[in-house]
Amino acid sequence: MDIFDKYEGLAARRAQLLGAGTDPFHLEIEELHGPCEATIAGRRTILLGTNNYLGLTFDPACIEAGVEALRRCGTGTTGSRIANGTYVGHRALEAELAAFMGRRAAIVFTTGYQANLATIAGLAGAKDTIFVDSDWHASIFDGCRLSGATVVRFRHNDPDDLDRRLERNPTPGGVRLVIVEGLYSMLGDVARLEEIVAVKKRYGAFLLLDEAHSMGVFGARGRGVAEAQGVEAEVDFVVGTFSKSLGGVGGFAVSDHPRFELLRVAARPYMFTASSGPATIASVRAALAQIVARPELRERIWANARRLHAGLARAGFSLAAPPGPILSIRLPDEQTALLAWNRLLEAGVYVNLALPPGTPGGVCLLRCSVSAAHTDEQIETVLQRFAALSAELSRLERAVAAE
Amino acid sequence: MGKVAMQRPMTTPDPDRLLAEVGELVARFAPPGARLERSTELTSDLSIDSVAAMDLVMEIEDRYGIDVPVNEIADLVTLGDLVDLVARQLEARG
Repeated sequence: MDIFDKYEGLAARRAQLLGAGTDPFHLEIEELHGPCEATIAGRRTILLGTNNYLGLTFDPACIEAGVEALRRCGTGTTGSRIANGTYVGHRALEAELAAFMGRRAAIVFTTGYQANLATIAGLAGAKDTIFVDSDWHASIFDGCRLSGATVVRFRHNDPDDLDRRLERNPTPGGVRLVIVEGLYSMLGDVARLEEIVAVKKRYGAFLLLDEAHSMGVFGARGRGVAEAQGVEAEVDFVVGTFSKSLGGVGGFAVSDHPRFELLRVAARPYMFTASSGPATIASVRAALAQIVARPELRERIWANARRLHAGLARAGFSLAAPPGPILSIRLPDEQTALLAWNRLLEAGVYVNLALPPGTPGGVCLLRCSVSAAHTDEQIETVLQRFAALSAELSRLERAVAAE
Repeated sequence: MGKVAMQRPMTTPDPDRLLAEVGELVARFAPPGARLERSTELTSDLSIDSVAAMDLVMEIEDRYGIDVPVNEIADLVTLGDLVDLVARQLEARG
């Protein structure tokens, strides 16, 4: 027996995807022309699938900060935070994040994935019960598994279902931790936090909120969905990422809990990995300063989101959620989704293809993410290309119906 | 007070009835006409993948008012395993 035999199903599925054209899950970006355009397969392509919500990856201040840190502090820290990997920049970024989020303390992690892994597995233990929204991100699921806690799923964004499950699981001798996301990354829908907070308070549970896709975009100061819904005081722990609106790589968690920083000596994905490099930390600090200094970036992404949403709806596409940074188009099946994704790429538009099992309810999606840096011309061009796709899909549908 | 609790009727249905009931819910996720016996394998016989299994378990949870910990779903192989898991959760609930 071969060691890879267990992946036979996966291998067959992958072969099928590759047979349809370009590999949608390992697309090679050959050259970048700013935050929203790149050369892909030799073609100038508008990027509409990058999570570069505020377009800060090419911000001159962020680039300069990174370059300066690279020259001053070197290419890497060569060690973990608990050994030789805590630099002045790590501490400074933590202080700035805590201040930005209005919290007592912040901890920085090397990736967003590890931020959830470390925070969840650090907070919850074998005697605890975690109640997690069923549209969980893989990093939340893996953090739950690593924690050793009992894990109970509740129906997506359903406070009543959460209520029933909290009631059924009193968890004597342990605590109850509820985990939700501010903006769900596949469908682009927003958490019903006001109601979820009311439920968790009634049972004395803790609440962890993942603002990976919402920080920098939602709320008057860009703190996220909890700020936008006015419930920050009831959220015990917030996890976020540097790899979306902050344009870098890494993650963080913030809290007002007086013992929060015990995670530094309890959370293994924090303790046993190399810390972020100096250039990354410096560029993220500069990006955070940009979010504070330039609220117009948020106005711009929302204007772009509304325009793109309206245009896609006009072109006849079915959108999974109201306008927001993530606009997901539902398509009837995998074949159609794959064809549409390839057609768009050939036309010079890159979006994300999202297929089951990575999607909720087994839906097939073209997932678009909007950027504050998209120009009016880019949005217009994208909409023209989507309109052509819509016409082609309608022709195909009619042809199939006529058969 | 303890006595009152102990005198409550058993909430666990008999194994055959539970198999029939759970089988009915499983059938919604399985190919039409599939045989549903204790030894039927959920993945290889019924093509119920990990995502469908999660949804199936949620239907079962609603039907019986129980919570099946996610940690235990991965261990399920046969319909019999699933029925036993439901029975255990019903007993734990009392």
